Order: sequence, then structure tokens, then C-alpha cells
Amino acid sequence: MKLSKSEVEHVAKLARLELSAEEADRLTTHLNGIMAHFEKLQQLDTEGVAPTSHVIPMQNVFREDVTGPCLTAEEALANAPESSDGYFVVPQIVEV
Amino acid sequence: MTEYEPVIGIEVHAELLTNSKMFCSCPVEFGGEPNTRTCPVCLGLPGSLPVPNRRAIEFVIRASLALNCEVKEYSDFYRKNYFYPDLPKNYQISQYDNPIGRNGWIDITVDGTVKRIGIRRVHIEEDAGKLIHASVGNESLVDYNRGGLALMEIVTEADIRSAEEAREYLVNLRAILTYIGVTNGKMEEGTLRCEPNISVRPKGTEKFGTKTELKNLNSFRAVYRGVEYEVKRQVEALQSGGRIIQETRRWDDDRGITIAMRTKEMEQEYRYFPDPDLVPMNFSAGLIEEQRSLLPELPQARKERFMKEFDLSAADAEMLTSTRAMADYYEEAVGAYPDYKGISNWIMGDFTRMLNSAGIEIDASKVKPVDLAGLLKMIADNVISGKMAKTVFEEMFNTGASPKEIVKSRGMVQVSSETELYPIIDQVISENPRIVQDFLGGKEKSFGFLVGQIMKYTQGRGNPQAVNQLLRKRLSETKG
Repeated sequence: MKLSKSEVEHVAKLARLELSAEEADRLTTHLNGIMAHFEKLQQLDTEGVAPTSHVIPMQNVFREDVTGPCLTAEEALANAPESSDGYFVVPQIVEV
Repeated sequence: MTEYEPVIGIEVHAELLTNSKMFCSCPVEFGGEPNTRTCPVCLGLPGSLPVPNRRAIEFVIRASLALNCEVKEYSDFYRKNYFYPDLPKNYQISQYDNPIGRNGWIDITVDGTVKRIGIRRVHIEEDAGKLIHASVGNESLVDYNRGGLALMEIVTEADIRSAEEAREYLVNLRAILTYIGVTNGKMEEGTLRCEPNISVRPKGTEKFGTKTELKNLNSFRAVYRGVEYEVKRQVEALQSGGRIIQETRRWDDDRGITIAMRTKEMEQEYRYFPDPDLVPMNFSAGLIEEQRSLLPELPQARKERFMKEFDLSAADAEMLTSTRAMADYYEEAVGAYPDYKGISNWIMGDFTRMLNSAGIEIDASKVKPVDLAGLLKMIADNVISGKMAKTVFEEMFNTGASPKEIVKSRGMVQVSSETELYPIIDQVISENPRIVQDFLGGKEKSFGFLVGQIMKYTQGRGNPQAVNQLLRKRLSETKG
């Protein structure tokens, strides 16, 4: 399987990355190198091996439902490019 | 003209009644200053790690069991990726392949017929923050206090065929979820949100039409009206040769129409993948059985028991069991005084009307169940009339005093003795000679007028039965 440049551009757009034509070309080559590696992995016989989504042998890590301290509004907003009256300010999102 | 039938599936999101958020220890509260209940986890700051809230998971297991779902041992978390400023991480932690509950159902009754609505899945995710769209300028404001709250999503199969079924499903679902105590289910406040997917297809065909999703349905009534409108809109569009566009539409309750929302710039590609920050869950049979054992008697079973045990109609029993608090209240009241029908009538009549106008639920009312029972007993014992009882109840509602205290302090005890009533009756007879003559001449209506006059003199305290009986006796003596 080979990724096309337009697929790379599409994925970049989904991730909100702006790529120059040169970058898109370069990343297409890099990503195809990675894909080739995975293709090699796919040659392994995994018959009888259960699929897994996590590599660490842990499960059922929970916390109890108790409350703890929060940041102040000032602290929460400290890194925001823009804020106003305790709110984060973002470019207008039109819903209707 | 082609006849169409609606095909509807419903997604419901319910905020869970946990103390803390889903993946961090920020408290869950309503109101308050913006961005005062956040931390590095729910703000999505780099290096922070989410840890799931055990109680939230238990709640979703319990809800899944109440909705007759299978709960498998294995379940895990996925990332749903999309860019929207109400989501600081640019992904929402949700579930995908292995939801906590699946393949369940609930039964609803529409027009006397029982219909089974399939539940496709029940899963846990985190709520998003709140966006405020300024009416002027070109910016939006974001408050992340709600961001990261434990949110349960319940998705039906496309089994619903009408606005009535949609509403009935929601009424039943809400009753179940509030009974088991996992959510407060307040649609007006947005702790229970309903998003139907609606399409129509020519009757008798199998293939689904193009669907639209409806948002902003903040009451049962809005669900009914919104679905009804959207079905009609789609049918009319198709019948006039148009087509349906897959889109999200917003219900405008004031105007009674649905409006297309500007679609996000790209059709969503969520690129779900297992969240590497969260290890899988493996529920033991013991945990699942423990949650099953915590299920109370559910609304449907309770309704049937009320019909049998208290001899109530299906409609009355359904109304009384619509919330656990109301059903508990009723049972406590009839336990104190077994006037099943009378107590039912009071709860569903004046009491509910007053609760609605005060905007509170029955368990927040000052009227104790035992006092409502006491009031009905006082009517039955002829201590007060039904009319006086309404006044007494109003004071009970406002002050929380017992009916006995109120009747005593206001001197409202019913007048029923001959020694008190005869002088008044005689006075009314002597003041209204023509009406008395009319009555004696056979005009039965005049009797009612005389009773009214007597009640006026007693300031409504006359015992109606005694007044009737003594007045008739006096009038027959007059005749003689």
C-alpha cells in the first residue's frame, strides 16, 4: 500500500497542519517508508494471537470519585493567547 | 402520491451524578464563575494524564443493566479526534468498539400497544466545554467548567416510527435513568440531551433515506414537536421532487421550525483509535452482579404494581411512577392513610400544578407525605370540607405546617352541628322568602342558591352534607 500526496495533504488538513508543496512531497516519502516497515510487520503470522490495543499489562486503573483542588481562573487562562472576563476567547464559531 | 414512513433513532447524552469529573478530580457543580473548575487534565495541558472515575463506570454498568444490555468483561477507551474549541485536547475521550453496554431494549406503550425499542449501545465519554457566541464582534467565549464531566451516551436502533414514539421512549428512558440514580435527567438544564436522527422512506420499502440530526430539543414537548416538524418537512420536500441533505438541524422552539446549522467545514472523520493514556477495563462478574443488585424496582414494574396494589388506572399509575421521588411520595402517603384514589388525585392535581409553578420537584416540597394523608383523612372525617382543604393545602405548601395546625390556628374547623347551623339557616330562609317559595313550588335550583348563602355566612366552613340535610329539613317544616 502506498500513500499518495493528496492523501498526505488530506491527513495534514485533518490535523490542521499547513504544508508547503515541498514538505508534502518530503512527508509522502517519509510516511511511505514507515508504511513499508509496517508492511514487513504484517508478514508475521499472527494466527491465534489475540488483538491488543495496549502494550502494557495493566487494567482497571481507576480513581475514587472524590474532588480535589482546581486551578484559579487566572491560572487556567495564563497561557491563553486571548481571554476576557474569565473566558477563553477564540475566533468566532458560527452555529446557526 | 407516495406515502412515507419515518425512521428514527435517538442518541441521548446524560450527565452522570458524580462528585468529580470523569478523568480528574475537579468538582461537578452548576453555575459559578467561568473557568474556575478546571485543572491540567480537563484543560488538556501537555503531560497531564486522565484517570477514570470508578463511580462513573459503575453508573454506566448499572444503566446498561437497567436497559437490558449485555455487559461484557472487556471495555476500553478511544480517542475521537476533531477540532472544535469546546474541546481543549482536540480529541474527546470516548468509546468505540467495546462500549460498556450493548444490545439492550426498553418497552414503550403507544396507543395501548407495547413496542420494544432496541438499545444499540451505552458508553461513557467526557462532556465538552460551553461555547458562548457573542452577538457582536468576531469572537466566541469558552468556559471549560463543564469540560470533562462524565457523560453517558445511549443510542437506540432505528426502531422509532413517530414523534409520539420518540417522546414516549424518552419519557421511559428518563424515568429509568432517574430511578437508578445515575443522572438528574433535567432536559431544560441540559443534563439530559436528546438528538434524534430522522429519515423517511416510501412505506413498505427497506432502504433508509438520507437522515438529518436534530439538536436543541430541551423538553419532551420539544422532542415531539421537533420530530413531527422534521418528518413533515422531509416528506414534503420529497413529494415535491426535492431531496434531503445529510445535515444537523437546530430546533427553534419559539418559531416551531428546524433550521440547518452551518456544517463544519469538513465532513467528520474522527479517526478513532484506542487511547494510549488509558488502560483497558476488565469487569469481574462480581462487579457486574453488584451493580445489578443495586437496581431498584424500575418504573414499568412499579407502574404495574401500583395498578394492582392500589387499584389505579394505567394513566394514573404511569404518572405517579414517572419519577422515583413521586412514586416514593405516593407510597409513603397511602401508607399513612390508604385513600389510594384520593391521594393520587391530589398529587396529580393541585399539588403538581403548584410544584410546576414553583419550579420544584416533589421531594423538595415542604408538604410531608404524612401531612397530605392527614389532610385527606380530615376531609373524610368531615372535619373540613373539600373546599376548605384547598385553602389548607395552599398553606401547607407555602409553610410546611401540618393540616391540623393550620385548621386550628385559622379556626377553620367545619361547622356541622345543629346548634350552630340552624340559626344561620333560619336567617337565610327569612331573608329570601321568594326563593324559598320558588323552591317549595318545585324549583330545585333554588335550593342550591340557599346553600350558597348559608356557606357564605359560615365563610365556607359549613359541612356541605349537614347544611344540605338541615336545610331540607327546615324547608319541609316551613312547607308544613
